[in-house]
Amino acid sequence: MSDIASSSFVRQDLLTERPAPVKTTGFVGLMRTRLFNSPTNILLTIVGALLLWFTIVPSVRFLLVDAVWSGKDRTACLTENAGFAVGACWPYIQAKLPQLIYGFYPEAERWRVNLTFVLAVVLLVPLLVPRLPAKGLNASLFFVAFPIVAFFLLHGGGIKGFGLSWTAGLLELFDESISGAGQALLSLSKTSAAGPLLWLVGSLIVLVGTAIHWLILPLIWLRDQIQGAGQSLWADFAVTAAVVCLIAFGLGGGLRTGWRALASSIAAFVAIAAVIKLMGLDRGGLPVVTTNLWGGLLVTLVVSVTGIVTSLPIGIALALGRRSTIPLIRIFSIAFIEFWRGVPLITVLFFATYMLPLFLPGNFTVDGLVRALIGIALFTGAYQAENVRGGLAAIPRGQGEAAAALGLSWWKTTSLIVLPQALRHVIPNLVNSFISLFKDTSLVSIVALFDLLGSLRASFSDPKWSTPSTAFTGFAFAGIIYFIFCFGMSRYSLFVEHRLNAHRRN
Amino acid sequence: MSDPIVKISGLNKWYGDFHVLRDVDLDVRKGERIVICGPSGSGKSTLIRCINALEEFQEGEIVVDGIELGPNLKHVDAVRREVGMVFQSFNLFPHLTVLDNCTLAPIWVRNIPKKDAEAAAMKFLERVKIPHQANKFPGQMSGGQQQRVAIARALTMNPKVMLFDEPTSALDPEMVKEVLDTMVDLAEEGMTMLVVTHEMGFAREVANRVVFMDAGQIIEANTPNEFFAAPQHARTKLFLSQILR
Ligand SMILES: Nc1ncnc2c1ncn2[C@@H]1O[C@H](COP(=O)(O)OP(=O)(O)OP(=O)(O)O)[C@@H](O)[C@H]1O
Ligand SMILES: [Mg+2]
Repeated sequence: MSDIASSSFVRQDLLTERPAPVKTTGFVGLMRTRLFNSPTNILLTIVGALLLWFTIVPSVRFLLVDAVWSGKDRTACLTENAGFAVGACWPYIQAKLPQLIYGFYPEAERWRVNLTFVLAVVLLVPLLVPRLPAKGLNASLFFVAFPIVAFFLLHGGGIKGFGLSWTAGLLELFDESISGAGQALLSLSKTSAAGPLLWLVGSLIVLVGTAIHWLILPLIWLRDQIQGAGQSLWADFAVTAAVVCLIAFGLGGGLRTGWRALASSIAAFVAIAAVIKLMGLDRGGLPVVTTNLWGGLLVTLVVSVTGIVTSLPIGIALALGRRSTIPLIRIFSIAFIEFWRGVPLITVLFFATYMLPLFLPGNFTVDGLVRALIGIALFTGAYQAENVRGGLAAIPRGQGEAAAALGLSWWKTTSLIVLPQALRHVIPNLVNSFISLFKDTSLVSIVALFDLLGSLRASFSDPKWSTPSTAFTGFAFAGIIYFIFCFGMSRYSLFVEHRLNAHRRN
Repeated sequence: MSDPIVKISGLNKWYGDFHVLRDVDLDVRKGERIVICGPSGSGKSTLIRCINALEEFQEGEIVVDGIELGPNLKHVDAVRREVGMVFQSFNLFPHLTVLDNCTLAPIWVRNIPKKDAEAAAMKFLERVKIPHQANKFPGQMSGGQQQRVAIARALTMNPKVMLFDEPTSALDPEMVKEVLDTMVDLAEEGMTMLVVTHEMGFAREVANRVVFMDAGQIIEANTPNEFFAAPQHARTKLFLSQILR
């Protein structure tokens, strides 16, 4: 050893690297430093190993080792025939797979479901990969165009009118309901004590209704003309396209800067026309498959994707409403959130399915699946509102003040400064709600919708496949499917969280 | 003398029952640098936050560059476009890079194309001497650098008046100087500035006028020389004796 105590020191030969005296890397190192380094850890390690032993080993035995892999019917999965205690009966899943995916969707039309799945994946994957360009176009295709195309693919049917006749129809309905309310008040005024007052209000409302009637008369007339002529859809389409393009042009800044808006709205209408033509929507479209025939994974995915996509905007709107300074909006948001959070999802689904039709006016029906969709969207929306509110509360006041001082309006401050930060804070909570929504979709089976789990249980009753292990096999399969989707969401959210929070790492 | 660019007259403000600002009158001429000082809770922040309508007030009038801001805050947007503000706690947007912090308002408020906004922002970042940090996030910079970015961000909107609310109070001593230097540069370029600060050195060097506030009112206003050498009011003397020690 050199003597550093003396005042001058110069190293003669450099020391070479040598391994640590106690092994800290590799398997032995792991055992020594992490698993067996203290009595508590030894105990925990043993308990953990036992737990793994008692869960993993039986699962693997059931799913793989003792499983039956081929066969034509139940006989293959019986212990007498197989010669060993049979675990999973996979031929049963294989035989029932179409039912589990499509439900009672007619076999000849199943390509439509497959095409929808393919479209969804083709549009969703590029949206999820941050590196790929054109996110705006991609998002509008997935969130706006895809649901419409998917509806006509899955449900079928065509369209008779377009924007013009829809607007005319809506305005007509609006006008009729106003006049109807006025008439009701008028007839009530004949019997009620507050007669004169009711009569006054009633005639005022009827007057408004009549005024609206005269206002929309040209529109109705135009619609009737178009409907009278042949090719009514295309005439309607042309009128709508022209009007919307002109409005876009005007709003986009007219002759100076409106050309971009004009070009993109023309492109959008060309695309719409192509889709209409391609799917033959002008000639009745594809054969209608009513939603009571849908089932299996199809229903699970339709319900959960719709729920996920619609609940977030609902939640954001409610959370912002809850913090609003306008009392009416705030009270409405609070009441809405508390109502939906206070009711179990099952009640919501029952209400939507069996009670809602009683409240709707006579000839007005809403499809059963749509009712469940709306119920789930509102229910999850209320939960998401509370998640988002947590994120909003975490944003310091100074952020909004700084944005205001720069001249940003409330909307721009909210959408550019507050929400992006708030949502980043609560990604784990949001995805947590998405995951629980995905699993809660199985509740729709109690309102006569056959989702994955519902179809599975329906298949249990098939005598051709009834064996002791059929139910276990089926539930194991469903569990694996649910797990794949939920685990996928969970991992993706971790990835997004990590990426978006780049600014929080130094 | 030119017309005042900021004209505050008869300004009164209450928080509930608490009378924070009492009959404040203050005229600021174009290019003038005013330092506002006073004990904690005297209403300095409240006063300058009223100027760009971050706070509402109940009585009086504020006119900024001819735009009138009454108690109903009618022309908020127009006023905010003329007034830049720098906060004690920087208030940079942590999820945006430095460059995006500086281009956000020009793009979304003034509708300037992104390229031009970025070019302009880089000029301002050069002026505060941090162009090479443009792609960092605020959380990756020191306090002094963050405050200089905040100054650059306010400047990108080409304000006619800059408000500073204790811009150096949250900074370590060695960073105070870099921010003050930036502000001195700004003053030398002729910017109209209202600065709430306890940096008396800055007041002596840069200010045209020092305004002393206490209990929501202006107690004394004078040129820095007069103000420090011969304070008139007893409260001013007490305050100065405490901070100048
Ligand atoms: N939102 C509020 N509600 C009620 N009172 C407030 C509010 N904001 C400030 N105040 C009170 O108003 C008074 C003036 O506050 P202000 O922030 O203007 O003081 P300041 O002079 O800037 O003090 P400091 O030097 O500590 O920043 C203080 O007494 C404070 O307690
Ligand atoms: Mg203050």
